[in-house]
Amino acid sequence: MTAADATRAGDALRVTAKDVAADGVVVLTLAHPGGARLADWTPGAHIDLHLPDGTTRQYSLCGDRFDARTYRVGVLREPAGRGGSAYVHDVLAVGDVVGVGGPRNNFPLVPSERYLFVAGGIGITPLLPMVRQADLLGADWTLVYGGRRRGSMAFLDELESHGDRVHVLPEDRHGRLDLPRWLGEPREGVAVYCCGPGPLLDAVESACAGWPEHALRTERFVAREQGAPVRDRPFDVVLARTGATVSVGPDRTVLDAVRDAGVDVLSSCRQGTCGTCETEVLEGTPDHRDSLLRDDERAAGDCMFLCVSRSCSDRLVLDL
Amino acid sequence: MTATLLPTSDADPFGPEVLEDPLPFHADLRDAGPVVHLSRYDVYAMGRYEHVHAALRDWQGFQSGAGVGLSNFRTEPPWRPPSLLLESDPPRHDAPRRVLAGILAPRELRRLRERWSAVADELVDALLAAGDEFDAVPKLAEAFPLRVFPDAVGIPDEGRENLLPYGDFLFNAFGPHNDLVAAAAHRAPELGAWVNAQCARDVLAPDGFGARIWAAADRGEITAEQAPLVVRSLLSAGVDTTVQALATVLHAFATHPEHWRRLRAEPQLARVAFDEAIRWGSPVQTFFRTATTDVRVGDAVIPDGKKILMFLASANHDPRRWTDPEAFDLSRDPSGHLGFGFGIHQCVGQHVARLEAECLLDALARRVATIEIAGPTRRHHNNTMRAWGSLPMRVG
Ligand code: FES
Repeated sequence: MTAADATRAGDALRVTAKDVAADGVVVLTLAHPGGARLADWTPGAHIDLHLPDGTTRQYSLCGDRFDARTYRVGVLREPAGRGGSAYVHDVLAVGDVVGVGGPRNNFPLVPSERYLFVAGGIGITPLLPMVRQADLLGADWTLVYGGRRRGSMAFLDELESHGDRVHVLPEDRHGRLDLPRWLGEPREGVAVYCCGPGPLLDAVESACAGWPEHALRTERFVAREQGAPVRDRPFDVVLARTGATVSVGPDRTVLDAVRDAGVDVLSSCRQGTCGTCETEVLEGTPDHRDSLLRDDERAAGDCMFLCVSRSCSDRLVLDL
Repeated sequence: MTATLLPTSDADPFGPEVLEDPLPFHADLRDAGPVVHLSRYDVYAMGRYEHVHAALRDWQGFQSGAGVGLSNFRTEPPWRPPSLLLESDPPRHDAPRRVLAGILAPRELRRLRERWSAVADELVDALLAAGDEFDAVPKLAEAFPLRVFPDAVGIPDEGRENLLPYGDFLFNAFGPHNDLVAAAAHRAPELGAWVNAQCARDVLAPDGFGARIWAAADRGEITAEQAPLVVRSLLSAGVDTTVQALATVLHAFATHPEHWRRLRAEPQLARVAFDEAIRWGSPVQTFFRTATTDVRVGDAVIPDGKKILMFLASANHDPRRWTDPEAFDLSRDPSGHLGFGFGIHQCVGQHVARLEAECLLDALARRVATIEIAGPTRRHHNNTMRAWGSLPMRVG
């Protein structure tokens, strides 16, 4: 995918179908109102939905990448959420038009002969195209899919055809996923993919502690817990292209400070999970507070996510 | 309507007349229709912007995995192991593409700019000290990429003279087995072996593009078997193409003095100039695709398994898309040109090429008030590239 090819933020797609996939889960099918081809994507990618009520949410694409004209996303009703999912469930209707940004992929499928996929609840969505792809490539794969009850678990019918590669383990019958059983023994040459609620991700991360480095890949839609910022005093942000300097105090984000200085930086999730606001750092040491960068990328210190990350140094020079 | 009613041409797009000056052939192709059957090779051709553009995006209908040359990998064995990028389709294409795109992203290249600018300054200074007339092909278009790119990849000094003949052979090999291929075929095994040897982990300098590809393999983003082939892609696609793109932009300025004056006054136009030159001169002229099913294009049906020759160069000169397409014009917005391809196979090294061009043009523009052609120019024939063999220039 290239920039010129990508669907731009604000591009409008029409809801062409809205189906109930499980208790509390609806599946939206989106298409261009003019029938145009949509931007290409790879398994693990997500799009932003800009909802008419002003909220923006990220949803993993869970459709068929060989179909260039529709996107499919699964949306869980989150009673404790900020309203986006309730809007999708209660208000959004077939025929409505929604703004779409992306697709972007922070959770790409790496090549491997063997995969272990671990899904918790709605975390099945990014894994669904991955298992198809693993199948297409003839890889050896296993999916462990946990959820509260069978009735709350989406896409079971689609997964059925894969036979005993898929382990559907609702909690009311099997208890919590027995992670030691699946992950207890570190294995070489197996890529482990996990998506689901934060506690599951944390548990899988610790269960994989003895696995080879980089064996585990996860995606978080909810930001990782971060400690306190490295500094609580204000710091200066220098905008290299305009020469302006703005001071960022403890209760403002760099994103807002930079916006106030008149520079338009795109943002979406505002919690360091989507990657939209990535900006190059020319000087200074960022205090990374996102859920996206790998350790080596953090150490390089040459980019940051303005919506959440701050500064360790008195001064940050940004390529803006 | 059926495929048999398609316009047909028995012209040879790989013959010396067309390679010398492809523009009249491209115009005929576009006028004949969206799809033309080339009877000499039993392949289909597209020359209009709209259709080439759409087909390049449609990786589902027009695959690359059966080879992007005339040879059909469904029925013939490739002469070398296929490229994981150029000659593969999703899903196999995904990981190598993602890794290379990350390494060659503008953000990653920024650290090279200072060094490349210094090399360009040094190169131009030395050239001007030797006189005000020179052949711009060896002295600038070849010399600059050969100074900076192999270092950036991290290959050893020894044997770098193999890069240009390897690239030339590779791009010829996408065409038919004509004289151009035959003339170099005896060297192919030796050149291929040399290039393959440069892709090994322990041959590559630390921190170059090559080492970063291997580091991605360490992180499991590609496999250790894929890593050397991804390095090979860099060495295959990163040299000749840039050389010819630089030659093209230099030729454009040498023949359009008013635009050179403008670049000197507005140096930030270097980027536009480079892309406009690529549209105008289209160093990479063509690539093939293969129909994955019976694909309908307009009224025509291209049968499953047939090769389709995409004329990027013709699309870049299609008057249905471009106003006065034969003009090299810095006022134009060349965005959307197909000179780097389009879609999932669009040139992954385009930012590298742009940075090279910017550094070189900048160094020249700061020192040289005028550029003109100083003698007879000569084309270099290649089955895929529109190339210059010699561009004598005088600077003032
Ligand atoms: S806006 Fe999503 S990472 Fe900053």
